[in-house]
Amino acid sequence: MNILVCITHVPDTTSKIRFTEGNTQLDKTGVQFIIGPYDDYALARAVELKEQTGGTITVLNVGEAETEPTLRKALAIGADEAIRVNAFPKDAHFVAQQIAARAKEKSYDLILMGRESIDFNGGMVHGMVGEILGLPSISPVMKLELEGTKAKLAREIEGGKEFIEVGLPFIAGCQEPIAEWKIPNMRGIMSARSKPLQVVDPVEADTRTETKTYELPAPKAEVKIVGSVDELVQLLKNEAKVL
Amino acid sequence: MSILVYIEQDQGKIKSSSLEAVSYAAALSEKSGDKVNVLGCGTIEDADWNQLGKAGADAIYHVADERLNSGVIQAHAHIIAQVFAKVDASILVLAKSALGDAVASRLAIKLNAGLVSNVVGLPDMNAGFVVKRSIFTGKAFVETAIPAENKILAIKKNTQPIKTDGEEVSVESLTVDLPESVFAARITEVEKASGEVLLPEADIVVSGGRGLNGPENWGMIEGLAEVLQAARGCSKPVSDLGWRPHHEHVGQTGVKVAPSLYIAIAISGAIQHLAGVNGSRNIVVINKDPEAPFFKAADYGIVGDAFDIVPKLTEAIKALK
Ligand SMILES: Cc1cc2nc3c(=O)[nH]c(=O)nc-3n(C[C@H](O)[C@H](O)[C@H](O)COP(=O)(O)OP(=O)(O)OC[C@H]3O[C@@H](n4cnc5c(N)ncnc54)[C@H](O)[C@@H]3O)c2cc1C
Repeated sequence: MNILVCITHVPDTTSKIRFTEGNTQLDKTGVQFIIGPYDDYALARAVELKEQTGGTITVLNVGEAETEPTLRKALAIGADEAIRVNAFPKDAHFVAQQIAARAKEKSYDLILMGRESIDFNGGMVHGMVGEILGLPSISPVMKLELEGTKAKLAREIEGGKEFIEVGLPFIAGCQEPIAEWKIPNMRGIMSARSKPLQVVDPVEADTRTETKTYELPAPKAEVKIVGSVDELVQLLKNEAKVL
Repeated sequence: MSILVYIEQDQGKIKSSSLEAVSYAAALSEKSGDKVNVLGCGTIEDADWNQLGKAGADAIYHVADERLNSGVIQAHAHIIAQVFAKVDASILVLAKSALGDAVASRLAIKLNAGLVSNVVGLPDMNAGFVVKRSIFTGKAFVETAIPAENKILAIKKNTQPIKTDGEEVSVESLTVDLPESVFAARITEVEKASGEVLLPEADIVVSGGRGLNGPENWGMIEGLAEVLQAARGCSKPVSDLGWRPHHEHVGQTGVKVAPSLYIAIAISGAIQHLAGVNGSRNIVVINKDPEAPFFKAADYGIVGDAFDIVPKLTEAIKALK
């Protein structure tokens, strides 16, 4: 079983988001970068599947040199090898083409990633990769079990779930509770240093969107602390007009 | 050139997020003059169709195939691509949702389109085509240009008021040829509570946190949700502990909601929870700890014991109605 896990390198969920260069760049000062939480679930499930069936886990990121510590962390968690496509991830379409190109080079039985990145929240790369490769893409996947050359999945829908059967290979956008996040142990961290991290050039690919200027939401007005339920109901009715 | 809007149904009813998408397209067409075509798939109740004309549709197409009642991603994408070509569209508008994302992303490749998700406003078409989208889980926005000829816009909930003054339009039935290959991922079973208000669609959400101590205390959350006709939500530990199903989990790693009113009960307001609720118009926080961080993100707050306040609130709202 060869599994490709695609990960993003994103600001920690507690980061204060600010912009610089006339609101055209993320201000990275003091920002800690992590494996995207959804991608982290995908990776954790890949590690569990490998324990059951053997094989290798390749972890892939499209990004510049700064993302290597994030890839090393994925190796420490249990991936066997890492690939960094050396390019700024310009848009979802560009990234999807890079992933598809790597996927064509080696035959993977399964391509996993998070349901969305937590920076741009597009939730688009898995479907694009699926369409480029002509494979099924399923997201958001909350359960994934292998049965020979088939998989049984649960996909979260609004108000419930759908159970799906699909033949390998396919692409899944993952979310909890597909697996529990894994924290790298000392042995993992040590061995990650000697695992291969290959840097490759991007393939020729176009972008379809251009990000221009960033902006922060307007600051929130001060909270009104009320003393009684009746006062609250009056405010909701007459001021907020939601009742 | 024209606009195609793809609408979703839930248990035979057109989703309100889809009516928003139609209203968005109608507002866009006022600027661009493009015709608004709407496509619905699967079983949709007869009485529901007239909402589409009111929301601004100029033409409505229906592919009635029952297999499309569920989330067969590739089949939906296949049909939309065909209808997109048929109506000579250059813009596809749909609501941001689990199915919307899964389908739109495949279509971006099929249609050679520039895709922007989480769109929060109408495009600026003075210089090219620029839309604002929500990023960093609601913590920021970015203006994004789509130079590509074909465009796909996935609209975030609560972006466009639903229009109700449009004219009635008749529905044209379409048959679209569906190859077996688009059903390669086979849905074997669907598990879904019926009659529930869907969390991402809801106008009011009542949400409970770990401070409620256990699933046996959810009766009062349900009671309050019922009088408000609200959807129920919860914090991550609550779904991790199995007190509530995962699809009720709100936040960074769960559902992102954008209701008119979000009532947070015994939830501390961790930054990851707030990331899922920052699209709400009004937030009410009920917490016994005056220092709970949620109060800083709230519009209204009551400091006190949820077990005392929630039943009183339910009664007060009942009395009002
Ligand atoms: C990467 C990452 C992603 C995460 N994603 C999410 C997410 O998507 N959603 C999410 O919710 N969390 C998420 N979390 C977890 C988050 O950090 C918090 O741990 C979680 O939100 C806390 O849940 P809580 O507020 O219900 O519980 P607690 O923090 O335990 O808070 C309980 C609150 O209840 C109050 N309380 C107790 N008893 C009463 C009473 N009788 N009456 C009134 N108030 C009472 C307390 O004062 C307290 O404020 C994430 C964490 C990480 C690291």
